[in-house]
Amino acid sequence: MSDTTTATAASVAPSSTETVLSVENLKMHFPVKGSGVIRRTVGHVKAVDGVSFEVAKGSALGLVGESGCGKSTTGRMVTRLYKPTEGKINFEGTDIASYTGRQLHPMRREIQMIFQDPSTSLNPRHTVGSIIGAPLRIHNMVPKDKVLGRVQELLELVGLNPEHYNRYPHEFSGGQRQRIGIARAMTLQPKLLVADEPVSALDVSIQAQVINLLQDLQKEFDISYLFIAHDLAIVRHFCPEVAVMYLGKIVEIGDRESIYEHAHHPYTQALLSAVPDVKQAAIGGRRERIRLQGDVPSPINPPSGCHFRTRCAFAKDICSVVEPPLLQIGKKHKVACHFPGEIHQHPEKPVTAPLLGVDEFGAPDPGASPAEVPGDGPGYADTWYDLANNTRGRA
Amino acid sequence: MTDLSKTHEATPATGGAFLSVRDLKVHFSTSDGIVKATDGLSFDLERGKTLGIVGESGSGKSVSSSAIMGLHRGTNAKLSGEILLDGVDLLKVSNEEMRKRRGRDVAMIFQDPLSAMHPYYTVGNQIMEAYQVHNDVTKREARKRAIEMLDRVGIPQPDRRVDDYPHQFSGGMRQRAMIAMGLINNPSLLIADEPTTALDVTVQAQILDLLQDLQRDFDAAVIIITHDLGVVAEMADDVLVMYAGRAVEYGPCKEILTHPQMPYTWGLLSSVPDLTASTEAKLLPIRGNPPSLLNPPPGCAFEPRCDHVAKVGGDLCRTTLPDLTPATSGGNHTKRCHIKNADKVYEAEILPEIAPDLVED
Repeated sequence: MSDTTTATAASVAPSSTETVLSVENLKMHFPVKGSGVIRRTVGHVKAVDGVSFEVAKGSALGLVGESGCGKSTTGRMVTRLYKPTEGKINFEGTDIASYTGRQLHPMRREIQMIFQDPSTSLNPRHTVGSIIGAPLRIHNMVPKDKVLGRVQELLELVGLNPEHYNRYPHEFSGGQRQRIGIARAMTLQPKLLVADEPVSALDVSIQAQVINLLQDLQKEFDISYLFIAHDLAIVRHFCPEVAVMYLGKIVEIGDRESIYEHAHHPYTQALLSAVPDVKQAAIGGRRERIRLQGDVPSPINPPSGCHFRTRCAFAKDICSVVEPPLLQIGKKHKVACHFPGEIHQHPEKPVTAPLLGVDEFGAPDPGASPAEVPGDGPGYADTWYDLANNTRGRA
Repeated sequence: MTDLSKTHEATPATGGAFLSVRDLKVHFSTSDGIVKATDGLSFDLERGKTLGIVGESGSGKSVSSSAIMGLHRGTNAKLSGEILLDGVDLLKVSNEEMRKRRGRDVAMIFQDPLSAMHPYYTVGNQIMEAYQVHNDVTKREARKRAIEMLDRVGIPQPDRRVDDYPHQFSGGMRQRAMIAMGLINNPSLLIADEPTTALDVTVQAQILDLLQDLQRDFDAAVIIITHDLGVVAEMADDVLVMYAGRAVEYGPCKEILTHPQMPYTWGLLSSVPDLTASTEAKLLPIRGNPPSLLNPPPGCAFEPRCDHVAKVGGDLCRTTLPDLTPATSGGNHTKRCHIKNADKVYEAEILPEIAPDLVED
C-alpha cells in the first residue's frame, strides 16, 4: 500500500480506468439466535448474498434498492465496519476482507464513510474542531499544534466558516452538519468514500448544495465514491455506474445509460416507473407505472430461484427452480434475469437456460452442455451475450 | 399586516368552499421572542380535491395543518384567523366539540408511523379505539370494522394481522394501518403530513395509489404535505408553496409547476434532479439556509437567498413584504414577489436551466 498522504491520487494514476475497489462474491450472513437459555443459531439473515462489483478511480458507483436490500450492509463491509462472512474486498489490489483490527488501522485512512443522519453521527459533546481533528490525532498525521490549522482548512473546503471550529454540532443546521460529516471523512484524504444516503435527511434545496460539494471534492481530489441511496434521480445525477440490489443480490448493474434508458430487469423497470415526476404536472393525473405488489420477502427465508419472482409479472417455472446468473448483455451492462428485455420486450424463452444446461422449465437438460456465463466476475468482460442474436458480442 | 384585505380580494370568494382557512396565524411565545410559525395563511379546499403544501422544514407546513386538527389546544401557541370546515369555525368550537370532530370530521396521517403508533398496543386495538371513540358500538363490531378497513387498505390476512403489534408490520404496512386508522370514521377532511417520506419509491407509489382510490370512494378533501414536488405533481389539484410561515405562491398545480412566478419555487424546481435531465449540468441549489422565524427579514423573507433581487431595483425587496397578488397568467394563481415580469424571467433564465427541451414550446 502506498502512502497517500502526500500526493493527490491523480498524479499517481495516469489511467482513468484503474480500479480502486473490486468486490468479489461478498456475503454477509447475520446469525439469528433462538430465544432459549442456550442461544442457538436458528437461521441466518442473508443481508448480502454474493455481490460483485468494481469502482473505478475518480468515479462513482451508485447502489440503489429498497430498504432491507443490503445496500447499507455492503457499504459497511467495504469500510470494514462489518467482517464479511465470505468473499473478497480488493482495495488497490489488497484483499482487506479478513484483515484484523491492527491491519485495518492504516486502511482506515484510505476508505472513509459519510453517514445518513448527521445529527446522530456527530458526537454532541464534542466541538466541531475536535470531531474533525480526531482522525488527524489518531493517525498522527500532523503535529499537535498544526491540527487546528488543518481543521480550519477543512471547514473552509466544505463551505463552513473556519471560525466556527469551537461550536457544537447542535449549533448547526442539518445541511451544515452534513458538511461537518463530509469534512471529517475528508480529513485523511481518502481514496474511497462510502456515502450512505448522504442527502436523504436533508431538505431538497440543501440536498443540491451537498451533492454539488461532493462532486467538487471528487474533481479536486480524484475521490471514488460508493454512493448508497434510494433516490434514483440523485443517483442518476451523481453516478456514472449504477448497481440495483434486491434482497441481498445485485439484479442489474451497468453504466448510467444502460440502467436508466435500457433497463432489462423487471425490478429496475418497476423502480424507475415508481419515481414521481415533476413534469407530470403539465399532463395532470398519475403516470402509468408498473405496480409491484406486497413487500420485499424476508431475507431469512428468501424465495427459491430468483429472489424477485414472487413480485415479478414475468415469472415462469424456471424462475422458482434456477437462480438467474448475472449475465453480461452489453459492454457495460449485466442483468440477473431469465427473461431480460426492455419494457414489453421480454423474451418468451429463458435466454439463460442453454448457458446453465437446463431446459426452459429449469429441469436439468442432459443434452445441453453448460457454458461459461459471461460476466461472472466483479468487472466487465470483453465479450458478452448478445440478446438480439443469442450469440457472443464483442467490444 | 396590511396585505390581508388584499389577499381576500385576490382569492375569488368561493363562498361554499368545504374547508376555508382565512388569515391563519400560529404564534409561539418563547423566551427568545415570538416565533411566527404561520403568519397569515389563507386557502380553500373543495370536497374530493387535493391540496399540496410544499416547502422546506420549518416553513410552517405542519404547524398549519396541526392547527386545523386543533392540536395546538392546551399549548402556549396563539392562534388567530378562521378555519371554516363546512361553515363551522374550528378555532371557536369548545375543546369538547373539537374532540368529537377530531378523527370523525378531520383525520391526520403522520409522517413516521412507527412513532405515531403506540408500541404497547396491537394495531387492531389502536384502530378499534379510533372507531369506538366516535361510534357507540361493541368491541366485536369495532374489531370487525377494523379488519374491514385493514382489508380495504391492502393488508394481507387482515383477520390475523389485526392482532399484530406495530413492530411486526413493515414500514409500508404501518403506513397503511395509519391510513386505515385515519379513514375508519369516513372523515371528510384528511391531512397527510409527509405520508410517504420514510418509504421506498415502490411502496410510496402503492400508498399514493391507495390514497387516491380512497379519496374517490369517500369523496374526502385531502391536504398532502410534502417536500417532493414529484408527489405534488401527480397528486394535487392545487398547490400552496410556503416559505417562512407564509404562502409565497398558490394556485392550480399545473400553473404552479409549469409557470412558477416566484424565485423560491424556481429554486425548488431547479434543485431536484429528474430522471431525464442532462447529468452534465450542475444542480442549482438555493443558497444559504431558511431564515429564523424569531427574527424574519423585514421585507420579503426570501430576499437574503434570492438571486433576482436586482430585477426589482432599490431595496424594495429588503424593506417591503410583497403582497400575495394575482400572477400575470391570471386565473387563481397568486404569488408573493415584487418582480413585475416574472413569467418572462422564468422563461428566459430558469426554464433553459431546468428543462432545456421545453424552451421551444
